[in-house]
Amino acid sequence: MVVKGVMKTAAKKESFNYRLWRYDGAPGELIPLLQSAQEHFGYIPRRAITYISGVTAIPESDIYGVITFYSQFRLQPMGKFVVRACAGTACHVSGAKAIIDTIEDELGIEVGDTSEDGLFTFLTVACIGCCSLAPVMMINDDTHGRLTPASLRKILKKYRREGKDSAEGAVGVS
Amino acid sequence: MKKIIVGMGTCGLSAGAQPVYDRLKVLVKAHPEACELDITGCIGMCFREPLVEIQDDTGRTIYGDVSAEFVDEIFKDHVLNDRRIDDERIIYGVNHDGTTFGSEAAFLDLQERIVLRNCGIINPESIDDYEGIGGYQGLKTALTEITPEEIIQTMKDSGLRGRGGAGFPTGLKWSFAASNKGDTKYVVCNADEGDPGAFMDRSVLEGDPHAILEGMIICGKAIGAGFGYIYCRAEYPLAIARLEKAIAAARTKGYLGKNIFNSGFDFDLKIKQGAGAFVCGEETALFASIEGERGMPRIRPPFPAEKGLWQKPTNNNNVETFANVPWIITNGASAYSSIGTTKSPGTKVFALAGKVAKGGLAEVPMGTSIEQLVFSIGGGIKDGGVFKAVQMGGPSGGCIPASLKHTPVDFESIPATGAIMGSGGMVVMDQGTCMVGIAKFFLDFTQSESCGKCTFCRIGTLRMLEILERITRGEGVPEDISKLEKLSIQIKEASLCGLGQTAPNPVQTTIRYYLDEYRAHIEDKKCPAGECEALVDFIIIPEKCVGCTLCARNCPVDAITGKVKEVHIIDQEKCVKCGKCITSCNFNAVVKR
Repeated sequence: MVVKGVMKTAAKKESFNYRLWRYDGAPGELIPLLQSAQEHFGYIPRRAITYISGVTAIPESDIYGVITFYSQFRLQPMGKFVVRACAGTACHVSGAKAIIDTIEDELGIEVGDTSEDGLFTFLTVACIGCCSLAPVMMINDDTHGRLTPASLRKILKKYRREGKDSAEGAVGVS
Repeated sequence: MKKIIVGMGTCGLSAGAQPVYDRLKVLVKAHPEACELDITGCIGMCFREPLVEIQDDTGRTIYGDVSAEFVDEIFKDHVLNDRRIDDERIIYGVNHDGTTFGSEAAFLDLQERIVLRNCGIINPESIDDYEGIGGYQGLKTALTEITPEEIIQTMKDSGLRGRGGAGFPTGLKWSFAASNKGDTKYVVCNADEGDPGAFMDRSVLEGDPHAILEGMIICGKAIGAGFGYIYCRAEYPLAIARLEKAIAAARTKGYLGKNIFNSGFDFDLKIKQGAGAFVCGEETALFASIEGERGMPRIRPPFPAEKGLWQKPTNNNNVETFANVPWIITNGASAYSSIGTTKSPGTKVFALAGKVAKGGLAEVPMGTSIEQLVFSIGGGIKDGGVFKAVQMGGPSGGCIPASLKHTPVDFESIPATGAIMGSGGMVVMDQGTCMVGIAKFFLDFTQSESCGKCTFCRIGTLRMLEILERITRGEGVPEDISKLEKLSIQIKEASLCGLGQTAPNPVQTTIRYYLDEYRAHIEDKKCPAGECEALVDFIIIPEKCVGCTLCARNCPVDAITGKVKEVHIIDQEKCVKCGKCITSCNFNAVVKR
């Protein structure tokens, strides 16, 4: 069971450059700026911190403190496919551990890492909110529900093939 | 003219509503004279998604488990030829005389819907739909007919208590913010639904966004605030998209902006996206996050009603609380307070998940028993399992054992069990869930989500987690239980915010009700539920094994023997319980016992 594009319905975000240019000193803009930087680069590179600090006059160290506080922000590039296994309560009682173990096994990486070929990043999330389809994972914007180790392996193989076939660069940075 | 409606909440979309909608679009285009196509939010029957509803002369009919193929059948038979497909795939229907039918009719008939009144009924992206069922009439009353004092009095009389978990009386909270003088005040809606296993706020945000806006504007009028923020999780992209649409539409219609209903009252609001931190559900941490800082709680007093967001008087309520407000203003305080119990009036939405047969959203009057929720509405336990416990209140809550299933759900009875009402997540567990494991699961969560400000929360939860990990590995010692109990009290006493003050709850309730399970882990080195890997044996079920040799090839210690196409056996002496055989088996033939 796959669904395409829940995320794609979200309104188009303003670009990072535009947001930086428009910044007028209003308080509380740091997190939205970081979110648009992550949207733009796929992660938050060092130079984005420098840009933001230059424009907002917030010290780089403070910006770094905010980045590391929130789980959404990443300081390393992400793989082409971001696998997010749900580790919420409903998934936990429905066997999420076996799913997480299988993903680690199949991708050869642990939670939080990116595979050497740059194809996969594996993360866990607290809850996707699809508790009735547990256990669940998301790969990029697509949700896969009612997983078993066998169905999971099939899905990952499909993505791996897709990733190797496409000639685009391995790392999801635009 | 018939109307076809597809349920397009996140749960519907995850179950495959998009291809169903796309297929219907093609079909409707070919027969524009027969029907029109529309979307709606989640009606709460997540276990039968995707859902398609047909409205015609006879009433409403909802089909469940709709695939792209079944849609063709529905369209041909029901829409074009007026032949309702009368089998169990009709999950719910309403005739014109109000009688209901369908295989899952009990699920909805046993509910009382106030918060979810429009979810699954209206198109959440259409402000006309919302106005059509009486939307923004409560706002009109609040702005043009009654005074702010009367609004607050109505809220006090209704007895509504905050639905975020703590249950603080909403009218009283509003009166505090109203009594603090200041030119700038704020209304904040907490939509940072962080409890794993809870998804009712998401459903309301996606299914009825205007109700929340209306509730917030009424609150603004009552306390004298001109601006509001909705702090919504970034993990809910669809909810954010629908809120943005709703705000734009409300501005166009003049419900937001200057001089609303010619009353001279101005109000506007903005969405702030969370960035993934559980502690930001705590109001002072939430304010810090809106201000662009690390989401760390602040010391109270001063309370938010005095100095909240940007040091201004602020009123913060949860999504479900705001969704109740327009209904109360329109229908009156006594209509609301007559539902539920005396001390906890009204209804509460619960998210049923876990090992329950029918997972979804159920809104029931306060005082309904856990048994009614799990069995009468939820259909009992999945796959014929045995009911063991429900977990309420997420990481801050506790486990209520099956023996207390008659407990009514309200703000007095649930805390008496050691759990909390919480935001309404109800995760059902069966005999296969280890209670030490579940305590460890929640401690792992709170430990990693602790912001680190208070020492007892930061380090105390880690020490507790280490003890629980040791117990589940079979290395527990008898004094561990008293150590856990002592740490629980210390962490609760010495933490600043709700996260730390409630973090030990899952451990305390499991020790209280399942002490023998802890003892079995520590003294007998056994996990009665068969979940803790170090304390169970890995066994291959002969009937399921096809002899593919995959597990034997993956076993790092060569503990599995067997010939091709013959049943394999695990040598328990050699087995290191790594679990590789379980994850590699394609036939679910390896189990833990």
